[in-house]
Amino acid sequence: MSSHILIRSLDRSATVFLITVAVIAIAVPVLNLAVPQSSDFHIPTYLVALFGKYLCYAILALSIDLIWGYCGILSLGQSAFFALGGYAMGMYLMRQIGTRGVYANPILPDFMVFLNWKELPYSWYGFQHFPYAALMVVLVPGVLAFVFGWLAFRSRVTGVYLSIITQALTYALMLGFFRNNFGFGGNNGLTDFKDILGFNVEAETTRAALFSITCVALMLGLLVCRAVVTSKFGKVLIAIRDAEARVRFLGYRVESYKVLVFTLSACMAGIAGALYVPQIGIINPSEFAPGNSIEAVIWVAVGGRGTLVGAAVGAILANYAKTYFTSGVLAPYWLFMLGGLFIGVTLLLPRGIIGSLHHWTALRRARISAAAEEGVAAPPPEPQPAE
Amino acid sequence: MRFGRACLVALALAFGLALGVANAQAVSLDDAITHFTADDFDETLIGVNEVVASGSSRAETIIGALQNGQLMFSAEKKAVYIQDAAGQLVDAATGQPAGGPPPDDLDSVHLNNRLRGAIDAAMGQLTLLSRDPERRYQAAQAVFKSRAATALPTLEKAIAQETDGRVKVALEQARAAILLTTPGTSEADKLKAIATVRDRGDQDALGLLADIPAHETPVVAKAASDAIAAIQTRLAEWDAVQNLWYGLSLGSVLLLAAIGLAITFGVMGVINMAHGEMVMLGAYVTYVVQEIIRNNAPALFDYSLAIAIPLAFVFAGCVGILIERCIIRFLYGRPLETLLATWGLSLILQQAVRTVFGPNNREVGNPSFMSGAFDLGGITVTYNRLWIICFALAVFVALLGLLRYTRFGLEMRAVTQNRAMAASMGIRTSRVDALTFGLGSAIAGIAGVALSQIDNVSPNLGQSYIIDSFMVVVFGGVGNLWGTFVGSFVLGVANKFLEPFAGAVLGKIAILILIILFIQKRPRGLFALKGRAVEA
Amino acid sequence: MSSKPITTYTLTRRGWLVGAGGVALGLMGALPAQAEDTIKVGILHSLSGTMAISETTLKDVMLMLIAEQNKKGGVLGKKLEAVVVDPASNWPLFAEKARELISQDKVAVVFGCWTSVSRKSVLPVFKELDSILFYPVQFEGEEGERNVFYTGAAPNQQAIPAVDYLMSADGGSVKRWVLEGTDYVYPRTTNKILEAYLKQKGVADEDIMINYTPFGFSDWQTEVSKIKAFGSAGKKTAVVSTINGDANVPFYKELGNQGIKATDIPVVAFSVGEEELAGLDTKPLVGHLAAWNYFESIKTPANAAFIKEWHDFIKNPKRTTNDPMEAHYIGFNMWVKAVEKAKTTNADKVIAALPGIKQANLTGGVSEMLPNHYITKPVFIGEIRADGQFDVVWKTKSLVPGQAWSPYLPGSKDLIADWVKLNCGNYNTVTKTCGGT
Repeated sequence: MSSHILIRSLDRSATVFLITVAVIAIAVPVLNLAVPQSSDFHIPTYLVALFGKYLCYAILALSIDLIWGYCGILSLGQSAFFALGGYAMGMYLMRQIGTRGVYANPILPDFMVFLNWKELPYSWYGFQHFPYAALMVVLVPGVLAFVFGWLAFRSRVTGVYLSIITQALTYALMLGFFRNNFGFGGNNGLTDFKDILGFNVEAETTRAALFSITCVALMLGLLVCRAVVTSKFGKVLIAIRDAEARVRFLGYRVESYKVLVFTLSACMAGIAGALYVPQIGIINPSEFAPGNSIEAVIWVAVGGRGTLVGAAVGAILANYAKTYFTSGVLAPYWLFMLGGLFIGVTLLLPRGIIGSLHHWTALRRARISAAAEEGVAAPPPEPQPAE
Repeated sequence: MRFGRACLVALALAFGLALGVANAQAVSLDDAITHFTADDFDETLIGVNEVVASGSSRAETIIGALQNGQLMFSAEKKAVYIQDAAGQLVDAATGQPAGGPPPDDLDSVHLNNRLRGAIDAAMGQLTLLSRDPERRYQAAQAVFKSRAATALPTLEKAIAQETDGRVKVALEQARAAILLTTPGTSEADKLKAIATVRDRGDQDALGLLADIPAHETPVVAKAASDAIAAIQTRLAEWDAVQNLWYGLSLGSVLLLAAIGLAITFGVMGVINMAHGEMVMLGAYVTYVVQEIIRNNAPALFDYSLAIAIPLAFVFAGCVGILIERCIIRFLYGRPLETLLATWGLSLILQQAVRTVFGPNNREVGNPSFMSGAFDLGGITVTYNRLWIICFALAVFVALLGLLRYTRFGLEMRAVTQNRAMAASMGIRTSRVDALTFGLGSAIAGIAGVALSQIDNVSPNLGQSYIIDSFMVVVFGGVGNLWGTFVGSFVLGVANKFLEPFAGAVLGKIAILILIILFIQKRPRGLFALKGRAVEA
Repeated sequence: MSSKPITTYTLTRRGWLVGAGGVALGLMGALPAQAEDTIKVGILHSLSGTMAISETTLKDVMLMLIAEQNKKGGVLGKKLEAVVVDPASNWPLFAEKARELISQDKVAVVFGCWTSVSRKSVLPVFKELDSILFYPVQFEGEEGERNVFYTGAAPNQQAIPAVDYLMSADGGSVKRWVLEGTDYVYPRTTNKILEAYLKQKGVADEDIMINYTPFGFSDWQTEVSKIKAFGSAGKKTAVVSTINGDANVPFYKELGNQGIKATDIPVVAFSVGEEELAGLDTKPLVGHLAAWNYFESIKTPANAAFIKEWHDFIKNPKRTTNDPMEAHYIGFNMWVKAVEKAKTTNADKVIAALPGIKQANLTGGVSEMLPNHYITKPVFIGEIRADGQFDVVWKTKSLVPGQAWSPYLPGSKDLIADWVKLNCGNYNTVTKTCGGT
């Protein structure tokens, strides 16, 4: 029954994207593990980790597109949820180190030992159990988003005000997590992980498995988002985006819709963060930096706001560019390019890559049908996000 | 021989200035200054003490030169010189110009902090009878700190002939400090001295009283502890004033950083994430101006800020107009996109400055009128903060005046309140937009001039203010300069009252959370704009 | 500059293949044009973002050292080739770039990182891929990794001698201490060590004040007045500052303006060098102190030559040199010697060859790589001069060997690192076991 809804919710680009990700989810680990290193088709582990990171960012971008593209909520604090999910996973990984830390303390992580901590803080209790940690990955960002959203949307904080206070939220969290007394490792954050569920995080097989899991998570994320935005609930979201006051006058409880979708998006970001940490090997407070959130928003803009697939593609492309341009002779100019991307996309490509593709195909189709009917050439209005 | 000198060193070390002077009475100035050629801190200390003890009229000049790093020596020639500002060498003992080329091994006499303390004390002692009351005052302060018993006779003489009330009080405090810490003072004198010190009532007085030897008679000990308690109570009372002052000072910085933003945000609804970079550009203008002045006309240094302010205003303003014409105007009605584009712009500007000026901090000096501090009651007021507060207020008033009394201000207000109506009344809104954005940027530019006085001048300067500025504007309410004014001072003061209890980090987090909660209560800030513009 | 390192940049064939599947993931690779002729040296320093302020110089000094070595004929008859990447002050990107350098560019060694967090984030990569990292910045110690060589100062090579100096008569016989730092792991650990050390020296609890401020803190009014109040208890007071980078300028400006002179309350800093002072008017700061293992003002022939070479290379006679630059100078030369000794750039062999390698430093001594992968260093205390340089007022009699594990911390007092005899980075001398894995 539910699978029915999921399949119906897919459009062409989503289908293509899902199939592609599915192929990659199988092909990359196979090419990495089964193909000998000498072969041209071998994919080095280094790239597996790199692609894994891109895919985590793609999930984060999806979560932003869900609220920004379909509900007009521009959160500049999305990386806060991402980092919180990451910290939950990082805490689990820290507890798994056990006596293999440099101080060989069975309970306390290394950074607590050398700061003379005697007892494990309460916030760390339970994180040695994976199910608990996995729950927290979703719950902590979700609850924070719910409370924050409930407060903000109920008092009708909208538009740029909301953007700015979400930014304040992530900034406050960053300052907090930088404090060593907070008990999350301060500036150094959590690192030097050993095991995840008993598997060595550095092993090639573990990396390949994490990669495939991330692919699956991305696919599921896309399916869920599509299901949401094509449902009746999603139609109301789009209506809120385009004319919030009118929706309210029609009798909808706008706040509830917004809080729900905001919480869902935060949970997704949390999962993305949790998948990110074991692949990257470190989580630290700079993940909360407001700049990170803004950068994530631009990925969505690059790919195409309100297209979901575009957000994921944008995240992957933008990060690929980042990897590419921060090496070699171009390295000092990376910020010029990133800045230029921000300006260029907003000025010249407001629909983003996928959005523009949709637009062009729609135009062409309209022209063809118009030619066929010899009627008036009026392209069907593509839903265009408004502020 | 060697042993004898070692003994002298040991004695001088043990008893510091006092004994050095006592031992060295017969020494002539020439012998005294040869100690400076040894290039050894202990020898230099002996030299200082002997120069003071020689009673020579050159003593003040020599010690003064030593203090300023102008005392040079040649170990080879066993000669000591004073180098004047023009680089000319003068024989230290005679004051006659040194003939011939400078020696090859010429080097300045090196100092460490222990020596600097001894030099300050020596200078104090030497200038107690100076003609200039300000120098006498400084001398009294130096003796108060050094508590050198040898200064007592001169001090008594100075007190007897002092006519300036402020200097007299300072001299008496210095005497009290010596009396309190030298053995053999009578109980009555000590009590009197404690009362004098107590009236001084600052942290130095506290330090002195806390330092009174433990074996005092009960009466003196009690008087001292009472005095300490009295001073502490007084200082605690001043604490609140101090926090208020610090808060106002922080508030003025926030006001400067945010007020330009308030204009662009309020009038145009534009979120300018590159606002901080305009501040940075202003700071770099100051740097460039100072650099040119340093290289070409050092005498004008005190005017560097006065020159930098209009230049920064014009430069940042032009950059602002350029940005508006090239980017912002294509994005009107899409504030979130503007936010992204200007963020990108801020990255470009930062990296551009990094490429041009390098990633390091640049030195921007304080002109003399902005250096130092004065004591006001129990608090220390630094001149740079005081000037920045004045400057922030002046900018604010000027801006209010501009909005209220000029045609451009009128047009700006009209556009803020109702763009469509303003346009129908014949106001060229696009021109107003460009000029408004230029004005906002220009004000950020002059804020940069002020901030260069207290903060780093580096490519990262702007970023550290941008979030705070947004908080101020959102908290104060958009489209109302008074909102920004009240907002920045409220946030500044609140921050500074929280900081002593919660610490700097938690204080800041608390402020952020309070703002988030406040926005829930009043989504449009303290001073919300009313009217039709609200839903636009 | 014919000997300037060539930084190559091409795409691999494999790169395009990966793009299969419809998504243009692609990848960058950096196969050099003359892969067989050169030995590649990775440089992992931020060129953009907040840390660029400190790290750009280190990238330049590495390029200079490599060019210089190439003039001398390279290493093992091959030219060196610098591979520069920009981790953009972003910690996860440090890890990614390290991986790229090692597995994609196949560098023989990496010189890089600034601050512990960047080192911690690349550590797993170096361990996993078994490569070599030279870390040139002073830090909190508490680490003894096989793949890392620490050419920066450990706390016992900077903090403890500085405190010793202040306690001496020349330093002012300080009795009361303010430990002021930025809230991150280096100040936290250093202050823990110093607190334990001071208490051992008989300093009472109430005579120690520890205070932390966030990164980039700029409003120092309250903090400085707190220091002033703390200093008015009648005992000689000093501030030990572990304040990080950007926060220093406003801190010193506030100190100067509130009239706290070095003769009243001296400040000894561990993160303020010539580069940081270049952004400051130092006249009000004369007499405040810094503890380092190198100062530009130290007059030795080696240092004069190094400074001249630096000015020629950077084409700016005003650029200063500083302690981490010297650390890279020592580290790079040690690596060259170790490679020549091992006759290969193979990481395992070079790691084995490095301990025991001696290299003259720029201040007249000879530093040695120790079995714990730290080096011996002289410690200097310098006083700030009006021209932004330092006057050395005190130095240790001999070179101080770096300690991986501080004896003043309860968690680490029994630990030692020794990669020669024990082959262990955290050997517990009480339980006689190698902790960790």
